[in-house]
Amino acid sequence: MPAVTRWFIKSSLLYLAAALALAIWLAGQPFGLPVVPGLSPVLFHFFLVGWVTQMIMGVGYWFFPKFNLQQPRRSEPLGWAVFWLLNAGLLLRGLAEPLLSMGPGFYWVAALVSSAILQWLAGVLFVVNTWARIKER
Amino acid sequence: MPKFSIWAIRFALAYLLLGFTLGALLLINKAVPFHPTIWGLLPLHIEFLLMGWIVQLVFAVGYWIFPRFTFEPKRGRQGLAWLALLFLNAGIGTNTVAAFSAEPSWQLIGRALEVAAVAAFASQLWYRVKPTETGLKAG
Repeated sequence: MPAVTRWFIKSSLLYLAAALALAIWLAGQPFGLPVVPGLSPVLFHFFLVGWVTQMIMGVGYWFFPKFNLQQPRRSEPLGWAVFWLLNAGLLLRGLAEPLLSMGPGFYWVAALVSSAILQWLAGVLFVVNTWARIKER
Repeated sequence: MPKFSIWAIRFALAYLLLGFTLGALLLINKAVPFHPTIWGLLPLHIEFLLMGWIVQLVFAVGYWIFPRFTFEPKRGRQGLAWLALLFLNAGIGTNTVAAFSAEPSWQLIGRALEVAAVAAFASQLWYRVKPTETGLKAG
């Protein structure tokens, strides 16, 4: 299993745990846990992007047909770029969205916009690196 | 990789791009509101990523890697898989129209097509959910 895949899979497991921890936090708010606005979208995205999509990306990078003998997984640097862009973007969102929900602030606005761009770039680069590997063999 | 999976994965990747693009617009609009109608794209963002990306990719990979039969056709009835792909993408397309239409029947048709897609795919894959046949006899 390539190193990029191992990082994707381990990060996806951490996001699953984080998403479920956030679910506990949300469920515990009526029982006295601090109410933080903006947590629900973070929970959904930790689950669906951090866990599900990141797991697919990691396993796909490993499992899809080889590009060629010299570059079986097409571009390894692109694989790493997808990993770092996706995770930086998602973590930034996890921080900025609740903080922006609590009150306006230039830094949180900038962080949320950056988060959107980083995750979008990760998606584009994943498709670029994967497309040519979707073939018969 | 069989032709069906190639097509389904390519569709899934296209929906990943579309879904991430809508997601980026929605998130930027949350930080810097630039258009009042952007929030109306949320159902499409969800549709493209859940049905177009995740469900479609599961169809593709399931058809590719689940245990095959020892007889032809080894991956079962291919026609059902293609029908599922057709219904799924027609359903997503119809739900896209529904997002911009005040007519509620579009969404009903879109959802019905998606249910038909799942039924076709489940019946295609049903008998392939079995132990792998190795050719060796037990015992």
